[in-house]
Amino acid sequence: MAVKLSTRDEQLLNGQHGKAAQMAMRILVRMAEVQDAVEMMDVSQAHIDGCGLLSDTGLEFAETLASKGGKVSIPTTLNMGPLDLQNWKRFGVNEDFADKAIRQANAYIGMGCIPTWTCAPYQSYLIPRFGQQIAWGESNAICYANSVLGARTNRYGDFIDICAAITGRVPKCGLHLVENRRGQILLKLIDIDPVIMHSNAFYAILGHLVGSIAGDKIPVIEGLPNNVSSDQLKAFCAAAASSGQLALFHAVGVTPEANSLENAFQDGKPQRIIDIHLSDLQKSEADLSTARNGDKLDLVVLGCPHFSFDEFRTLARLIKVQTEKDKTLHPDVKFIVISCQTSYALLQRSDFLDVLADFGIEITLDTCVFHTPMVSSETKVIMTNSGKCAYYAPGQLGVQVAFGDMAQCVESAVAGCVRRKGTL
Amino acid sequence: MTTERVLIGRAIVAGSAKGTALVSREPLSLWGGISPHTGEIIDRRHERSGEVVTDRVFVFPRGKGSSTSSATLMESIKTGVAPAAIINLSVDPILALGCIVSDELYCKALPIVVLNEQDFYSIKEGDHLTIELDGKVLVSSKPLAK
Repeated sequence: MAVKLSTRDEQLLNGQHGKAAQMAMRILVRMAEVQDAVEMMDVSQAHIDGCGLLSDTGLEFAETLASKGGKVSIPTTLNMGPLDLQNWKRFGVNEDFADKAIRQANAYIGMGCIPTWTCAPYQSYLIPRFGQQIAWGESNAICYANSVLGARTNRYGDFIDICAAITGRVPKCGLHLVENRRGQILLKLIDIDPVIMHSNAFYAILGHLVGSIAGDKIPVIEGLPNNVSSDQLKAFCAAAASSGQLALFHAVGVTPEANSLENAFQDGKPQRIIDIHLSDLQKSEADLSTARNGDKLDLVVLGCPHFSFDEFRTLARLIKVQTEKDKTLHPDVKFIVISCQTSYALLQRSDFLDVLADFGIEITLDTCVFHTPMVSSETKVIMTNSGKCAYYAPGQLGVQVAFGDMAQCVESAVAGCVRRKGTL
Repeated sequence: MTTERVLIGRAIVAGSAKGTALVSREPLSLWGGISPHTGEIIDRRHERSGEVVTDRVFVFPRGKGSSTSSATLMESIKTGVAPAAIINLSVDPILALGCIVSDELYCKALPIVVLNEQDFYSIKEGDHLTIELDGKVLVSSKPLAK
């Protein structure tokens, strides 16, 4: 079925708005056909994920659009990129890689994107509002924007994101439409101690579990406390969008489209009801680790998604607990925290930047351990508090991974070996 | 060659291809799931971890995870390690996108077909498959003529 195009869509498609917009629109219309969209619609903000991975094809795509005169027509933020633009030399990134990464960054910035370079754009700048139609890439950010903010985006993959940003148009379908946002399955947290639900690790573990249970359905979670923090929801979204494909969930009494159970299901009924017990969460936690307790530890990675100011503060407090006992970072362990300029600017104004630096924390900005070559091939065992990092590290970095809460990560970094115990 | 069965699918990305089936019942994020340099399935939690998708018809229910999967697929097509075709159970726009952008940039893509549940689950590991332009899938347990 042919997609109904507006006059402006036709103009974009026949090149009246330039060659880049024409190419972008051609891709968008083909995607509209794939998704059975009847027509196109406006979006008023975009977040680009395609700037993250450095590949020859991705670079060529960005430079092709830029050389054809591509310019974004709506406010557009950038996901983390393949390089810490200020500090890459310190992390041993080779010049050839850096040259290409800088070219890719320049292509996107040249098209008018805002150099936010973060995978937690919802904690940064230009945060979308409730009901706003947006085109976001980055799986954790898509989930957060839809679920927590109540903005509306589909799962935009690399390259359609910049097409949407240039044209301001997307196929009208999926999660852009209210009727497709109703909850489909109900997940009930059964007898979970409220104390457990205060811990950040709980949210990564729950996310890992929910991602694998939900499949392609929209889950409604009943039983989460309404004082859950942004960082906790960030951890949940990142884990659930890695073990699964979660782009939208509702949490009754927590997220904006779920004031009540009826509201979350738009007055319909759940297709399935699944109880989640503590034992399910404990299994999910065990599944996040491939390394064993006592394994020699090479690297701790925190900040997946990017560390917030509040997380830096928590880390500083945990480090002080160790340094007050005259404990230091084990000489064989590297400790990397990934963050963005926005959080780092706040950190520089804090009274604990020195605590982190003196302990030996290496902070990298704008990028991610998966996308920049900063993890050496000698690295065998890493530890993280991130469900997403734990999910991807074995395949993407070729390492064994241990999942633990932030305190366990710090204790293990001091001990030089994995000191993991169940957090629940 | 005898075609034993003809399955009528929906061509998400149209194209023709031949290959033997690499079958999985689990979704996979292509970024973090497939190496665009070797074609190996590198998601160590995945049931087919260690297998190589190159030139196979990769039959798996759907993508998941990373929105960079489209970039991984396009890079795999360019480096020549991509599957011959993909057969899914539901439409995954991110996978289609990787093929469509590759087609725009390099005039090179791979076919993606979506089958109904019964047909999808009828394909067995090692089946010889021929994908046709209109989304038909010819299934044979014997090797295909070149």
